[in-house]
Amino acid sequence: MSGGFLESTTMGFARAITRAMLSEHTAQQRGLLQSLDPRVRVVGLFSLVLAVILARNMAVIGALFLGALLLAISSRVSLSTLVKRVWLVVLGFTGVIALPAIFITPGDAVARIGSAVITEQGLRTAGLLILRVETAVTFPALLVLCTPWAHVLKALRSLKVPREAVTMLAMTYRYVFLLVETATQMFDSRRSRTVGVLPPAEQRRMAVRTAGVLLSKSIETSNEVYLAMQARAFRGDVQVLSEFRMTLWDYVALLLFFLAGGLAVWKGR
Amino acid sequence: MRYDDKRHRRGECAMHIPDGYLSPSTCAVMYAGAAAGWYASLKRLERVLLTRVVPLISVFAAFSFVVMMFNLPLPGGTTGHALGVTIAAIVLGPSGAILALSIAITIQALFFGDGGISTLGANCFNMAIVGSLVAYGVYRLIAARSALSSKRRVIAAGIAGYVAVNAAALLTAIEFGIQPMLFHDAGGTPLYAPYPLSIAVPAMMIGHLTFAGIAEAVISAGLVAYLQAADPGLLRGTSGLGQEISTGVELRPTAGSMRRLWTTIAVLMLLTPLGILAAGTAWGEWSPGKLAHAANYAQSVNAPAAIVPRGLQRLSKLWTAPFPAYAPGFVKSRSFGYLLSAMFGVGVLLCLSLLTQGVIERYRRRGSPA
Repeated sequence: MSGGFLESTTMGFARAITRAMLSEHTAQQRGLLQSLDPRVRVVGLFSLVLAVILARNMAVIGALFLGALLLAISSRVSLSTLVKRVWLVVLGFTGVIALPAIFITPGDAVARIGSAVITEQGLRTAGLLILRVETAVTFPALLVLCTPWAHVLKALRSLKVPREAVTMLAMTYRYVFLLVETATQMFDSRRSRTVGVLPPAEQRRMAVRTAGVLLSKSIETSNEVYLAMQARAFRGDVQVLSEFRMTLWDYVALLLFFLAGGLAVWKGR
Repeated sequence: MRYDDKRHRRGECAMHIPDGYLSPSTCAVMYAGAAAGWYASLKRLERVLLTRVVPLISVFAAFSFVVMMFNLPLPGGTTGHALGVTIAAIVLGPSGAILALSIAITIQALFFGDGGISTLGANCFNMAIVGSLVAYGVYRLIAARSALSSKRRVIAAGIAGYVAVNAAALLTAIEFGIQPMLFHDAGGTPLYAPYPLSIAVPAMMIGHLTFAGIAEAVISAGLVAYLQAADPGLLRGTSGLGQEISTGVELRPTAGSMRRLWTTIAVLMLLTPLGILAAGTAWGEWSPGKLAHAANYAQSVNAPAAIVPRGLQRLSKLWTAPFPAYAPGFVKSRSFGYLLSAMFGVGVLLCLSLLTQGVIERYRRRGSPA
């Protein structure tokens, strides 16, 4: 064993792979979002993110959060996954940021903890920030949990995102997992040969050396991929076997997304 | 933030701005800034064989993504996460680094929830665009024309990493800090990030000056030292030593790109009279006369009167602009005055650029072996 550095890094890699596998699994379920055309999912859910950041009223943002909850349930997304992977982490991060605002925002005092005064305006500021962030991050999370990555990319391409950008996103996503796997193997092999706790300077050198080898492998891989692309007469477009086709239900769903978003912006002014 | 990553819970890294922290108008402005950077980078890279660039940028983006996950042990017993922007700028050059980091940040936002969708423009602008340009500039400035195997390059990479991460963090802090000033409800409750600049800047910078900046410095310096020994060809492209880069990404402007640049400048100059449409004076750009008028108005409505500061009155006489209010005195038409000012401003900037270029070329010629 060599201390926490190797373990924490390999655990981070494992979490990334687990998350990707979980998303692919949920995307295969039969649910509301999964039944929609991926382009409707991308446009509809992003329009709701926009509505969340445009709305200024807590009740309206709260209603959008309830809407996200209903979408998750009807799309068979496990609520415990959302709680553990999205809401609690966001609460932890944003909560830490929002907490001092309760005390330092000037306004009418509602409670005292020792010499610190909790103000009504401070509570409202912190509450609004937490609710807004929780709601805004839930919609993209639902998109990713209910849509295979290849479909997200194809939807982006059909929404006129430049071809080069979509191709690079597709290739990067694929090579992230290849490099994560390579790095995990390198760390595992080092762990198996290490006895005792390494001094921090040695851990640092090891991390940098691993990154260096990974960089060399990355460049080598890019050369091989380039040759493979040339051999296959690559023309620069992402090809997905499944064809997207809009049905009446897709148009209705798109209209409902826009109506919900528009209503939230109007009511939440 | 990344949903399943403990580092954020420890508050080590807060540079990936999530949705909900920035107002829609800030997001729009940052998207516009990022789009300009993406467009310029794509146009520069399009001139290289696209099929060569696509895998290189993609694999490098994947590398940056994985490096960001390294839990790097730092001096003092703590750990930190690097950004990987500096090594990307050194190996790929600024255009390649901008695209590679933007792709990595987009995948983090879309797939891993690290950073928001509405704030993607801001995150890419701060980390990919400003980070890459600052890292590249500092590295080139310090490394100068030293040999590829020189220790100076290792030190330059370390300093470039430290400065780039802190520049990106400062920009992020400013974006956070202006939110409560500009976006609040009628009761004064901030609608987005709640802390003013006086709190946001120190809170953000302490973590980056002490942890994230050092992590980036360690990984950048270490990787340059590794490449010097293992694959020095990768350092050649941005070395300024005038030889071909093995990755083929470093570029020079062509006649076509220069033509497009001139067309853009001409269109922008023609659009300058649009400024006349704006009502009032830009906030904070008051002359002493306008400020006194505002003070009188405040008195008339029983608001606390503002007094024109004596220092402002004294300093305002130090320099009189040749084109006050964007028009020389002899021009009666405001639109024509705006156009004339734009042409004059562009002309002055071009002269200064040519002068600077001449000085640099002369310095280079003196420094290069005969």
